[in-house]
Amino acid sequence: MRVLILAKEGDQSAGTTPPTPEAMAEFQKYNEELVKAGVVIGDGRLYPSSQGKRVRFDGKKRTVIDGPFAETKELVGGYWLWQVRSIDEAVEWLKRAPFDGNTFEIRQIVEMDGM
Amino acid sequence: MIWRIESARLIAGLARVVGDIGTAEELAQDALVAALEQWPTSGVPERPGAWLMGTAKHRAIDLIRRRQTLDRKHQEIGRDVERAQEGLDRDTSIDEDVGDDLLGLIFMACHPVLSKDARVALTLRVLGGLTTEEIARGFLVAVSTIAQRIVRAKRTLAEAHVRFEVPSGPERMARLASVLEVIYLIFNEGYSATAGEDWVRPALCEEALRLGRILAELAPNEPEVHGLLALMELHASRLRARVGLSGEPVLLLEQDRSRWDRLLIRRGLAALDRAERLGDAMGPYTLQAAIAACHARAATAAETDWPRITALYDAVSQLAPSPVVELNRAVAVGMTFGPAAGLDLVDALVAEPSLKGYHLLPAVRGDLLRKLGRSEEARAEFERAASLTQNARERELLQRRAAECAAEGMAG
Repeated sequence: MRVLILAKEGDQSAGTTPPTPEAMAEFQKYNEELVKAGVVIGDGRLYPSSQGKRVRFDGKKRTVIDGPFAETKELVGGYWLWQVRSIDEAVEWLKRAPFDGNTFEIRQIVEMDGM
Repeated sequence: MIWRIESARLIAGLARVVGDIGTAEELAQDALVAALEQWPTSGVPERPGAWLMGTAKHRAIDLIRRRQTLDRKHQEIGRDVERAQEGLDRDTSIDEDVGDDLLGLIFMACHPVLSKDARVALTLRVLGGLTTEEIARGFLVAVSTIAQRIVRAKRTLAEAHVRFEVPSGPERMARLASVLEVIYLIFNEGYSATAGEDWVRPALCEEALRLGRILAELAPNEPEVHGLLALMELHASRLRARVGLSGEPVLLLEQDRSRWDRLLIRRGLAALDRAERLGDAMGPYTLQAAIAACHARAATAAETDWPRITALYDAVSQLAPSPVVELNRAVAVGMTFGPAAGLDLVDALVAEPSLKGYHLLPAVRGDLLRKLGRSEEARAEFERAASLTQNARERELLQRRAAECAAEGMAG
């Protein structure tokens, strides 16, 4: 199955301190381990929400809203696409990540029925 | 879940120390049992993998010492203990590089001394971390059959004194071919199930893809490793378009291409690019991936570059000739130069003993005959194909083709 890992890191534009080189190196090591285990099939980082747009649909009406967005805790700063055999495997991998603070969300992607 | 993540690395590290897969697997399982007993009270260690490896290696040393008191030459045992101790020091220190161990395990599980079935089962078990039940379900055979296959495979490896090693030189190519063959077999069994109710079994494809991706990381300079990965990624990109709403097969040229997985196509094309840049000449897997890429790049079936596909099949049939490749080449020739040219090639294959009973031969022949307006002959071929396939979904499709031909015959 595929899962999407959403990094709910809050809004990076809100003056957060950038990660230290040590933290970056540790993260890279972790990410490399995931890649070597054949888990990662896609990933990406997102620009701060100040550069984002929202389009709201209401009947025929379309409203474009400029960032930054208010609900800072829920904002996604990056994502991974993982290939795992179960959601539990994804949890086990994610628990090993060298993160401190923030929440990461695991969501299964709808696919055709597996075996 | 810890097992799924850690087992391959554990077994690999242990196999290097104790020299055989069976013992390595037992030691790994013992360590996992110890973890399940201890972690709930002691808490999960910061690096679970290193904890498991340390625990298992201590047991490995105990085991080797016990063997020492039993029999065997002391000199040899002394070396074993030393080697184990060394491994232990290395692995419980920081940041071990397990790459070579994993590669060694792959080469061992896919050793040519084993039958194909044995290699497949053992690879899924020790590298995929699958249970015997999961493997049995994947291949629609009894659990006891798989269990026996694995036991026998381990015994065969031990009896043949197969060494735990990463082969080099000319031997490496032959051994690597055996590894690639195993991974591709697993993929294909999932991609077009030879038997059973379902046309595809995606879980097997996923296992094969994962093994291919791991291998591409472990042996990044081998063009055919990337070629095979490209081939599997590109084929897998079509998985969801290959099955209709009621589970029936949908053939390549009739697929809704908007349902193809763009991510896998991108990954496949990138892997193909790596394979082409690494190798002087394209190997058989890379060539087949290049063919799959022709389909992936065509926005509609009509835009397919058939002349290029024909040229690539020509190259495959020179490099790795087989009647199945020849049959595929006939399809490409039929698309490039017209059905009559394709039929000539297929007709030459009809007497081929290895294709006797292969349902795709009459299926392809039927398709070409139908295009030539020879509906009655086409109907007979599709019916023959339907009677030959072991897959229920495919049989329905072929019977439908036969019925269509019968209707065309009446109209004509």
